[in-house]
Amino acid sequence: MLVKEALDKYGKTPDKLIGAMLAYQKSTLCNYLTEEDIKEFAKETKIPESRIYSIASFYSLLSMKERGKYIVMVCYDVPCYINGSVNVVNELEKILEIKMGQTTTDKLFTIEYSSCLGCCDKAPALQIGATLYGNLTPEKISSILSTYRGKKDE
Amino acid sequence: MSNIEITKNILTARFDAINPDSIDEYISHNGYSALKKSLLKTGEEIINDIKTSNLRGRGGAAFPTGIKMEAVLKAYGSPKYIICNADEGEPGNFKDRYLMEKDPHQIIEGIIICAYATDIKHGYIFIRGEYINAINIMRKALEQARVKGYLGDNILDSGYSFDIEIYTGAGSYVCGEEFALLVTIEGKPGRSTYKPPFPTTSGLYNKPTQINNVETFCNIPHIINMGGEEFSKIGTSSSTGTKLISLSGNIISPGLYEVELGTSIRDIINKLGNGIPNNRKIKMVQIGGASGPIIPENMLDIKLDTKEMKKLDLCFGSGAIIVMDDRIDVLDILKRITEFFHHESCGKCTPCREGLTQMLILLDRFTDGIATTNDLALLEILMETMNQASICGLGQAAPIATQKVLEYFREEFTNKICSTDS
Amino acid sequence: MNMLNIKINNKEIKVAKGTSILNAAKEVGINIPNLCYHPDQEVKANCRVCVVEVHGAKTLQASCATEVKEGMVIRTNTQKVRQARKVVIELLLANHDMDCTSCKKNNQCGLQEIAANIGVRESRFENVLEKQEIDTSSPAIERDPNKCIRCGRCIQMCTEVQGLAILDYVGRGGLVDIKPAFGMYLNNTACVACGQCSVVCPVAAITEKEDIEQVWEAINNPNKTVIVQTAPAVRVSLGEEFGMEPGKIVTGKLVASLRALGFDKIFDTDFTADLTIIEEGHELLKRLNEGGTLPMLTSCSPGWINFIEQYYPNLLPHLSSCKSPQQMFGALVKGYYAEKIGKSPEDIFSVSIMPCTAKKFEAKREEMSIDGKNFDVDVVLTTRELAKMLRQAGVDFNMIEEEKYDAPFGLSSGAGVIFGATGGVMEAALRTVYEVVTGKTLENLDFKAVRGLEGIKEAKIDLDGTIVKVAIVHSLSKAKKIMELIKEGKADYSFIEIMCCPGGCIGGGGQPFGGTDELRIKRINAIYEADKELPIRKSHENPAVNKLYKEFLIEPLGEKSHHLLHTKYVDRKK
Repeated sequence: MLVKEALDKYGKTPDKLIGAMLAYQKSTLCNYLTEEDIKEFAKETKIPESRIYSIASFYSLLSMKERGKYIVMVCYDVPCYINGSVNVVNELEKILEIKMGQTTTDKLFTIEYSSCLGCCDKAPALQIGATLYGNLTPEKISSILSTYRGKKDE
Repeated sequence: MSNIEITKNILTARFDAINPDSIDEYISHNGYSALKKSLLKTGEEIINDIKTSNLRGRGGAAFPTGIKMEAVLKAYGSPKYIICNADEGEPGNFKDRYLMEKDPHQIIEGIIICAYATDIKHGYIFIRGEYINAINIMRKALEQARVKGYLGDNILDSGYSFDIEIYTGAGSYVCGEEFALLVTIEGKPGRSTYKPPFPTTSGLYNKPTQINNVETFCNIPHIINMGGEEFSKIGTSSSTGTKLISLSGNIISPGLYEVELGTSIRDIINKLGNGIPNNRKIKMVQIGGASGPIIPENMLDIKLDTKEMKKLDLCFGSGAIIVMDDRIDVLDILKRITEFFHHESCGKCTPCREGLTQMLILLDRFTDGIATTNDLALLEILMETMNQASICGLGQAAPIATQKVLEYFREEFTNKICSTDS
Repeated sequence: MNMLNIKINNKEIKVAKGTSILNAAKEVGINIPNLCYHPDQEVKANCRVCVVEVHGAKTLQASCATEVKEGMVIRTNTQKVRQARKVVIELLLANHDMDCTSCKKNNQCGLQEIAANIGVRESRFENVLEKQEIDTSSPAIERDPNKCIRCGRCIQMCTEVQGLAILDYVGRGGLVDIKPAFGMYLNNTACVACGQCSVVCPVAAITEKEDIEQVWEAINNPNKTVIVQTAPAVRVSLGEEFGMEPGKIVTGKLVASLRALGFDKIFDTDFTADLTIIEEGHELLKRLNEGGTLPMLTSCSPGWINFIEQYYPNLLPHLSSCKSPQQMFGALVKGYYAEKIGKSPEDIFSVSIMPCTAKKFEAKREEMSIDGKNFDVDVVLTTRELAKMLRQAGVDFNMIEEEKYDAPFGLSSGAGVIFGATGGVMEAALRTVYEVVTGKTLENLDFKAVRGLEGIKEAKIDLDGTIVKVAIVHSLSKAKKIMELIKEGKADYSFIEIMCCPGGCIGGGGQPFGGTDELRIKRINAIYEADKELPIRKSHENPAVNKLYKEFLIEPLGEKSHHLLHTKYVDRKK
């Protein structure tokens, strides 16, 4: 998808901008917005570059750092925290051989802290794309990751 | 108030009984009947019914819904907007996600009724970007409602036209705050604007705007169907109706429960949550979510009642109950909560932006064992300033958990003070 | 008017509906401290310094953002208020570079002043500042993020008034900063160096690039003849730096104090303002007669030149080819005066005192030099920098006796003086063009329609049957509107005066800190006052200018003028 296509689909007015940015970001290979993308959004919408950059820097679902194909969002808020989200993070870091916030060398996974995913009744939880995974154990985590490893390109 | 029923399924009655993707199943379960009734009434009649019901907002602030609607109706300016706040991000809450994923039309029906009553033509449902499933379900439900003529031009041949658009957030807790939510829809970073004026007179694009929580809207069809008078008999005199409780933490049966208002927190934990696992004892319970108060075990008999809780400077907020057993490290939890706010603060006003950074430093001093009595005094003054001087609810509420711990578990801090000098 | 009864600190008063608590308090003699509030800007309410107690309110209220209500009971100085205010200031100090005594804004800093007034003796909080690089990339302004208090005044100025939006908030939470997109250096952005951000910054986060030392060196170099020119707008603002009433005309003191600093010759930029009128007026007539590109746009405001070069390069042919008065002056000093006094241009050090930061940029344009190295104007100092020099030298500005400019470039007309206000160039031009075209004497010299702070002004003048329609624009957001009209072919004007800064040069980015519209009006009034008091009020009647043409330039738009007084522009679209 091109920036222009995203804007054509969502609309060029300010109220449609964030939706267009999210959709465009999702379509990129590495889940992030480059400097050129931001300039392009500014050019197409006539909204100042500084404002677009400000938006991209404000919202946690938008990134200006290259990320993996799958973003593993680990909930770290109190209900998950007291149910062992620390172990979830440790396990992810161990299996993927990266630290929190980093991306695997094959550019498949990025692990990120997330604010509450609304899955506190199945804490600890994580989310990849639209799918929520709850009641996590170390075993579960490795099997979750392997399903994504096996996935063909959509 | 012995007749309070712990479990009372009104908003959740259709949960798992219908397929959320099917509008027909919703209709066959009495769905959209309240809308049909409403379209035969005037806006004032509907608002009066809601006022009689004494329904209060379920998002946390507990403002009377009928009064808010009346203000929007009377406000000068057009177009007017209605917004359903589904930016659920308060840690410990998952009720809105369930309401959207399990009975989407209940929300839509509630929004349409309110919009009709206040003569609004355009509505938004603001859903946080993380709730991808809920977004998809709501999109589908809106489309079905349009096809059936519940939305769009000339709804059910009433001459009234109204439609709803979904707006998805992009990852920011503060956008759940009304003013930040409004600027986000306008396409700006979600930094709260100053108040007043309030959204009812100057909201989206400075036009009169009604903003309510998902659960609040869900109550509307039931009020219309049973009548405000009947609804007001549920719950207590100051808190009518039911409340969805998101129960989590160290609890045997976490989950979403609908209880009649007036139920005690202890009953919710013991009778619905089946108590604490591993034969542990409860150390403390956080009510409402990260921005809510923390209370000790001996206060659990308090009832979900606005007036009663207010006496103790408490509120049940959006209805999260996070149970923590006696293994938890209180200061560690407070740091986690404060880190959350530090990450989610919009950074616009000084007390919140700089205050949270300093709160973390001061809390660290206690866990590092280098705190002095001065540090404790400074922490308390800082938190009071944040309560008093922050621009929006985030900064005002961010220190509450810590303040309540200082009220009820002061020794957790004083035990860690290493010196009283300087 | 709807009046409301309120009570502030037990004093009952009536104030107009719509008044903020902050302004209502002023009426009973209470100044509530504030940092982000600016009278000409939309209320931001983010610093939270101005909080007060309102009876019945659960929390303290920001007085800038809260309008009074009937029966409101307000207290501005309770223990609760004092404590909150103190904590807020301490919090700001705890994320601030505390090098106050060596800071550029020492003694002129809003944060410092409030901290002192409310009795902050220490910040009880740990200083958490993570030092960032100071952006010195621009030849005109400097951005020091370590001083920023995130009040957002600069953003509003840059976005709303100038329409550029170079700066915005970046990030969130404790990591919020104000900076250009991608954290770019200012010089790599489309910043026009107008410096308006520096005028409204309450701290030292944005200031002019300081060039004072170079001037001291030149003054103390026995081999240099140091010549200084003073812009029209400086004489109505410099007094403010020394506690005088805004709008006080201090021309004589300005000259005397420059002499006291050791400048060899004190000249007046007004002289070349008159020259500009002759050249620009003839250029306009030439375009009108020969079917040149119209509307013609004025070219004396360097921020505006930067703007059109970067944002509307296709419209550059509309721009008058005249150099600005500063640069005409520089060219004359090095290309004519030097020889006249028997010096080589290298021995001359040419300084200008300007209300402007963009002038610093203009002076360093390659075409504004003899050979790309020896610039026509060596150093530009802002009004603020001159005030600093005077303080450094211990010149008592209030005491110093008035003196007169040196000959020959010290003589000017009232037309040259009014260059400092929006509409002034237009009015000066009309006074001359009318008489040149009609051959008649203009009876009423005051073109009131072109004066004042309205964003876009229009006027028509009858040149013996030919109606010439003109427009006057100040601030770049308004300039943008006019440029769009020109682009669409909808601007049926012959001549448009465009000034980058609100109010014209009297509201320039190099003027004393804290400029407001109220202040601008006072300065403008002073400018017209100064015009009225001068014996000569038309540029073409300035005998020194006429002598220069006779002895050297020969004729307007002639060979020598072309070489020294006119310039070319470049497409610098970013």
